Amino acid sequence: MAASPAYGEEKGGSSSLGEPEYGHDPASGGIFASDYKRHDDLKEMLDSNKDSLKLEAMKRIVAMIARGKNASDLFPAVVKNVACKNIEVKKLVYVYLVRYAEEQQDLALLSISTFQRGLKDPNQLIRASALRVLSSIRVPIIVPIMMLAIKEAASDMSPYVRKTAAHAIPKLYSLDSDQKDQLIEVIEKLLADKTTLVAGSVVMAFEEVCPERIDLIHKNYRKLCNLLIDVEEWGQVVIINMLTRYARTQFLSPNQNESLLEESAEKAFYGSEEEDTKDAKAEAASLAKRKPYVMDPDHRLLLRNTKPLLQSRNAAVVMAVAQLYFHLAPKAEVGVIAKALVRLLRSHSEVQYVVLQNVATMSIKRRGMFEPYLKSFYIRSTDPTQIKILKLEVLTNLANETNISTILREFQTYIRSMDKDFVAATIQAIGRCATNIGKVRDTCLNGLVQLLSNRDELVVAESVVVIKKLLQMQPAQHSEIIKHMAKLTDNIQVPMARASILWLIGEYCEHVPKIAPDVLRKMAKSFTNEEDIVKLQVINLAAKLYLTNSKQSKLLTQYVLNLAKYDQNYDIRDRARFIRQLIVPTEKSGALNKYAKKLFLAQKPAPILESSFKDRDHFQLGSLSHLLNAKAVGYQELPDWPDEAPDPSVRNVEVPEWTKCTSREKRKEKVEKPFYSDSEGESGPTESADSGESHHEPESDSEESGSSSSSGTSSSSSEEEDEEEEEEGSGEQSEEKEGEEEEEKRKKRKEKGGLRKAGSPQPLSPMGWAWWPMLSCGPWQLLSPAFGAVRTYELLHRMAGEGLSVEYCFSRRPFPGDPHMVAVQIQISNNTDAEVKSLRVSEPKLLAGMRIQEFPEIESLAPGDTASVVMGIDFCDSTQAANFQLCTHTRHFYVSIQPPVGELMAPVFMSENEFRKEQGKLTGMSEITEKLTLPEKCRSDHAIVQQVTSAANVGRVPCGADNEYRFAAKTVTSGSLVLITLEWREGAAAQLTVNSEKMVIGTMLVKDIIQALAQ
Amino acid sequence: MIHSLFLINASGDIFLEKHWKSVVSRSVCDYFFEAQERASEAENVPPVISTPHHYLLSVYRHKIFFVAVIQTEVPPLFVIEFLHRVVDTFQDYFGICSEVMIKDNVVVVYEVLEEMLDNGFPLATESNILKELIKPPTILRTVVNTITGSTNVGDQLPTGQLSVVPWRRTGVKYTNNEAYFDVIEEIDAIIDKSGSTITAEIQGVIDACVKLTGMPDLTLSFMNPRLLDDVSFHPCVRFKRWESERILSFIPPDGNFRLLSYHVSAQNLVAIPVYVKHNINFRDSSSLGRFEITVGPKQTMGKTIEGVMVTSQMPKGVLNMSLTPSQGTHIFDPVTKLLTWDVGKINPQKLPSLKGSMNLQAGTSKPDENPTINLQFKIQQLAISGLKVNRLDMYGEKYKPFKGIKYMTKAGKFQVRT
Repeated sequence: MAASPAYGEEKGGSSSLGEPEYGHDPASGGIFASDYKRHDDLKEMLDSNKDSLKLEAMKRIVAMIARGKNASDLFPAVVKNVACKNIEVKKLVYVYLVRYAEEQQDLALLSISTFQRGLKDPNQLIRASALRVLSSIRVPIIVPIMMLAIKEAASDMSPYVRKTAAHAIPKLYSLDSDQKDQLIEVIEKLLADKTTLVAGSVVMAFEEVCPERIDLIHKNYRKLCNLLIDVEEWGQVVIINMLTRYARTQFLSPNQNESLLEESAEKAFYGSEEEDTKDAKAEAASLAKRKPYVMDPDHRLLLRNTKPLLQSRNAAVVMAVAQLYFHLAPKAEVGVIAKALVRLLRSHSEVQYVVLQNVATMSIKRRGMFEPYLKSFYIRSTDPTQIKILKLEVLTNLANETNISTILREFQTYIRSMDKDFVAATIQAIGRCATNIGKVRDTCLNGLVQLLSNRDELVVAESVVVIKKLLQMQPAQHSEIIKHMAKLTDNIQVPMARASILWLIGEYCEHVPKIAPDVLRKMAKSFTNEEDIVKLQVINLAAKLYLTNSKQSKLLTQYVLNLAKYDQNYDIRDRARFIRQLIVPTEKSGALNKYAKKLFLAQKPAPILESSFKDRDHFQLGSLSHLLNAKAVGYQELPDWPDEAPDPSVRNVEVPEWTKCTSREKRKEKVEKPFYSDSEGESGPTESADSGESHHEPESDSEESGSSSSSGTSSSSSEEEDEEEEEEGSGEQSEEKEGEEEEEKRKKRKEKGGLRKAGSPQPLSPMGWAWWPMLSCGPWQLLSPAFGAVRTYELLHRMAGEGLSVEYCFSRRPFPGDPHMVAVQIQISNNTDAEVKSLRVSEPKLLAGMRIQEFPEIESLAPGDTASVVMGIDFCDSTQAANFQLCTHTRHFYVSIQPPVGELMAPVFMSENEFRKEQGKLTGMSEITEKLTLPEKCRSDHAIVQQVTSAANVGRVPCGADNEYRFAAKTVTSGSLVLITLEWREGAAAQLTVNSEKMVIGTMLVKDIIQALAQ
Repeated sequence: MIHSLFLINASGDIFLEKHWKSVVSRSVCDYFFEAQERASEAENVPPVISTPHHYLLSVYRHKIFFVAVIQTEVPPLFVIEFLHRVVDTFQDYFGICSEVMIKDNVVVVYEVLEEMLDNGFPLATESNILKELIKPPTILRTVVNTITGSTNVGDQLPTGQLSVVPWRRTGVKYTNNEAYFDVIEEIDAIIDKSGSTITAEIQGVIDACVKLTGMPDLTLSFMNPRLLDDVSFHPCVRFKRWESERILSFIPPDGNFRLLSYHVSAQNLVAIPVYVKHNINFRDSSSLGRFEITVGPKQTMGKTIEGVMVTSQMPKGVLNMSLTPSQGTHIFDPVTKLLTWDVGKINPQKLPSLKGSMNLQAGTSKPDENPTINLQFKIQQLAISGLKVNRLDMYGEKYKPFKGIKYMTKAGKFQVRT
């Protein structure tokens, strides 16, 4: 009926036609009539030429929608105005359309062409809002149009439009899930987007459309990590949650060794008797089998880049980071999240509610984490009850031998609270503390017994239930309490409590032989008035007494069973029948009769009072499913850690992607440089102002580090800008190189002089970034003399190579394209008298984890000519050789490159203080000290520095003390610090100290340096 | 993500609904009403309610329930935090967020909500971006709009949306350039019966009101930054700079914002500026009880304590109270059993006190618990932790701004058990 006037109007064209029809309709009530009248004047207003009237009408319509009134009959009148010039009218029409298009699909199609026009508008806001509305109209017919629009918008110049495109993807997917494959393509494309604006939205789309396609993330993983801090808050939450899942599939558990240790320790702690020695042996064996754990640098990257977000003002972000740390971080590092979570407790009560739920789960697994903040969970009388109960849960979880007395004192105050639900929960909590901590069991029990004389029945009832559970642990000592409780049956009315008392008396009737039959007598009297749960326990008590003391209770039992036989509840009738057969010996009674006593009075294990939050952590923390403790729709299971780490190289980004971007956009993107995560250092004025924040690596600027470089900076600045331009283009690659690139630049500056002389080509072309094929020039001069003479190694002798001789050296320049690779410069000389064709690397035989980046094939090498190429090898921080074949068009040669340990690192620049600080962290096992004697020629500053830097690729650290030399470097693959200190004492005596968490590298390095100095 | 939003007032009317995806019938709110009925008080309504097909996540502020309907897994804090942001935005737009205000400005509210979420995922939540898209209503603008026919809706993409500093719009101009910072500290404490402190901590915030032309880059440093144990920042603060130098460096948003909230490390002993002497007695036999409290200054660093307000929830058995205050006014509400005493300033020479008797319900036994006393107070020109701003510098702009810093200490959740 609602739609009919609309059609009527369309046909008739004038609104007056409809009016009499409805005005005189007797069926519609007064209100409705006036409603329709009003709608008619709205239609009139919408049809007028004045924008102000249209606006007024639209405002009234939107107000109707907001109140939930049906305004669908106005659809034709409204949709006409979709092309209105007035932007506010247009916006309100959009609001209307999105609300009603689903119901009026045919009419909605009229508006599509307007949006299609809007998609081509030069104004990005209009393009974006056209796409937004188009994709929000849930009309299946336009799916192809939407698909087209999304694809187009995904490569729009404006990041805002691209963001809108990302938002449109889940909309289309929910409308037509058959489009999935095409949408995944768009998602893949948008995932590669470098702007922070798009990142959050596209990950959201990814999560809704194809969360299982984890492979799409690989290439973007590092970029997402690095951009994270600049993404808007809501995007951060989504990205962090997604990366948590990603990391669970790609990295190894950082706690794999500890978790085993902990498990066995925990078993010992709780003293469970059935611990199997076999079990322990198996564990020990599996422990021994495990390799020492090394954290994947990408795993570390994620942890490092999310940590600052704990300081976010947005509670959802803080929670997301907290859950990430809880699920991914090594045990020792999880603690950092406690402080931030406790801070959230100051927030709105809804936030508190969610945070406390998560804290409750975490506090079971990692109690120590929250122990320092115990007092933050103390309860105020003004807290809402649900918050009080959650805080109580946390306090109970945190209780241990040392703090139990404070907690119990606190509980004592709570027991006197006016909020009775809360008091009941407190009593439960005391019960749990008493079961878990044996020391205070008696104190708690006494306290609870005192509560039995409380005036409030709820309190008494709750106490009875808890006491029952406690008594089960050591019934013999507490017959007094049982007697006391027996007396309570006269007064206490709460069924659960009555049932508990009866069970207790029945179970321990031997301790109270005189009282028990009397209680049964009383209960038999009131049996018919009892609640079902109490009746069952009366039957139970009767049965037990019959078995132990049949003389006194035989008749009573018969009586009770007879009463039960005619009870209304079939459970009770059933039970009575069952028990009678079991305990009363008759001719027919079966074999079980003999065992009745054993059945009823078997030793029962004491109940374990457990937190309801136990084992909730199999749900991802912070999720809705965790809060509800049930799987919510669309919940993505948090995968278990893999046993073997999947190939980490999938995250490497090899080829710089060239996106077609107009110069205009390029300029824009330059302005859009990330605010915090800026990887390209010294460019804009703002960044230079706060140079301290731009790098996580503790590097002071090169301006200070050397006088020679400062002159170089100014001269090379123009060139550097060129490079910068290029980095913008090469995108992801540059982003992930981060600090390394910085270093590279600095080094390049130093080397510039040498480079120019040598006349080698500058890596300006994009190809240059990937390869430096430098044909026939003396590449050995490339290095500045500060690094000492470069040692060359033979790869293939001219005899073995049938005239082809190959030498290699470690150029000590970062390998472009992959910062984890060591650059190896290879010089190939053709000493034959024929041309050698298609020289290339093939069939590398590598150990697990090692990777190789071959040099591009050399098409031909003329006789007598020499070529020099660079290849990259990731040695995984080991000195194992990389074996491969060197092929020509005719022959294959087996060759291998074994790196000296000193080449597995790259220098880092740090201040003296930073050096000390880092050194302080790397003591104990990570420190290796060796004494040595310096030979005659090695007793000058210059000589020492030269020898050390030639033995290892390290950077000198400034040092205040004389006769002390410090060097620092990072291993290329894992980026762990290597710190070298050489103390020159009197005469020839000296002491060498190497600090590194890689102990093998440390030991070998000590050996190498000593050897170098002794020469 | 967020499917729909319903706004429900105290009497249980749904007075606004907004859907970002297909329409969800408002009957889904029946589950919410059920839960509301079960919970005795508004703040006890569970923030997350599970229904057969939807999940209802709600926040309660300004006597309005904001109920979001969601259908699939989403971090609950995400929704809750967003709803709070919605309330903050309304407050920012209309000064207060009340049912009447929302009803009066329903079109603006609707337009704002439309911009804040797209398909249930947050699109623009920074208030300065929103304000450029949809201008807040003012009387002047309404008049101008009716005459000239211009609109409240911006037709250009706000500059902030694309910039690296989305919280600040470009082209800000002021004739008087000023930057004010309020350091406000709150003491949360629980004091036990005997007057000793069970727990006390200081939470502080720095609220700023910055009206500066152009793109100023500010740095603010403290005399004693080590005091700050745990901090959370407005997104404008450069984190790395804080990490390395303990300096707040930022390009501020325009107008009012919260720059920083912090927690003072637990090692520092918290000075408690007031004490409460109390003597509250219920006698078993008689139906009269004695009530007597005195408030006095303790460690105030020579400052006066102002705006003192004492509230206490009396047990149910108390029928009436006849009290005489030495200063200020007091009210006892016999229905909610809430006693409120507005004390005002504390004069150390003549301590304010409230004495008298309580009438208890005859025949009932004495209440188990003595009421807790909640205290509010203010101390001007004092940051109780001793935090001091060292200096504020501005870079990036030429003019000289006017700078001001104000300190204040307040009671947070300050409770005395009796």
